[in-house]
Amino acid sequence: MTTTTARRLSRRTVPALPAPRGPLSAAVMGLLRGERDAGVPSPAGADPYGDDLQLALYVLYELHYQGFDGVPDAREWDSGMLAVRGALEERFLGALRADVPVGDGDSAWTALDDLQVEPVDGTGSVSHFLRDEGTLGHMREYAALRSLYHLKEADPHAWVIPRLYGRAKAAMVAVEFDEFGGGRADEIHAQLFADLMADLGLETAYGHYVDAAPAEMLATVNLMSLFGLHRALRAALLGHFASVEVTSSPGSRRLAEALERVGAGPAAVRFYAEHVEADAVHEQVVRHDVIGGLLEEEPGLEADVVFGIRATGHLEDRLADRLLAAWRDGGSALRSPERAGTAA
Amino acid sequence: MSASERPRRIRVQRDGPLLVEGPVEVVGEDGRVSVCDRFSVAVCTCRRSKIFPWCDTSHRKRAKRTTKDEDGTA
Repeated sequence: MTTTTARRLSRRTVPALPAPRGPLSAAVMGLLRGERDAGVPSPAGADPYGDDLQLALYVLYELHYQGFDGVPDAREWDSGMLAVRGALEERFLGALRADVPVGDGDSAWTALDDLQVEPVDGTGSVSHFLRDEGTLGHMREYAALRSLYHLKEADPHAWVIPRLYGRAKAAMVAVEFDEFGGGRADEIHAQLFADLMADLGLETAYGHYVDAAPAEMLATVNLMSLFGLHRALRAALLGHFASVEVTSSPGSRRLAEALERVGAGPAAVRFYAEHVEADAVHEQVVRHDVIGGLLEEEPGLEADVVFGIRATGHLEDRLADRLLAAWRDGGSALRSPERAGTAA
Repeated sequence: MSASERPRRIRVQRDGPLLVEGPVEVVGEDGRVSVCDRFSVAVCTCRRSKIFPWCDTSHRKRAKRTTKDEDGTA
């Protein structure tokens, strides 16, 4: 007889609204609380990658995933909220388009090949740092931050499915099926991540670490939601997905080694070990059939695929800079480590 | 033809794994059987994989690079 330990499901929690970080996020949360006079200022002068704009956008996107305690579910399609979201997206997307230019003849295949090359000196990335010098405290911070995505892993990418057809659709659904546990609830990657968090003594309730996450982390998740929710950005979503799948396998190996070295439990190691194997497969399927299938049908979308790849790299680099600067300085990468309960 | 009637497709690449429609069993030289029930399975051909017979992308070229964007998983 097989017995399974009952596990608390992260998404049984409908989180409270996070604390605002400036006038934009304060006004958005005011509107969501039903304050009629909460006018949202223009985001034109706001830092497109800053805490205030990124948190405001993050909160608006969350209405499409899990919502917030005290905010009616129907606010997801409130035209006023959508107009605010549109203005914030324009500012964010405009900054990305300016910072990651794509030339007419730029090839998606070259962009993906460039991601495949592993550094010969084996330094520079967050996963190299964690493998070589990471402490249990660093690993807990890393997991707390990544939980903003991994507790809804592969969900932003499911939105692209109705926008695809033929080979690209069949392949994308196959990869998503794997992400969602291949029909087994306890193998859903988001659940494997919750198991990792529990192993590290972290809180697994959905949304728990949003207040602790710096703008650089929010931006990486907002990018997926932006690409996922807009049909016009479907090729950028696939470029983003491909770049994550291509780079994930070797990075996951290093993170699994880091967790083993700091003495984390088997569930923690398992999440990354699973991704070493799964993403080696996903990379192949996404290249040949998802991107290959999309560009065979819609060759005019190649520049958007490249944009998705480069925008992902741009935001992940910003996040890596933030994490490594904090850790190399002997500090915390979280905004409020004590409150988040991750202080080492 | 239904999926079960047609031949099993294997994608061969010069610098990469064999991509085989799953589920797959691989029998090693020592008789040990490895099973993978993924929809598609990447079988290592370079023999550098730490999870042989499955691919872990160890076949990739190594070179100097400066970007740090390699830490996400999906």
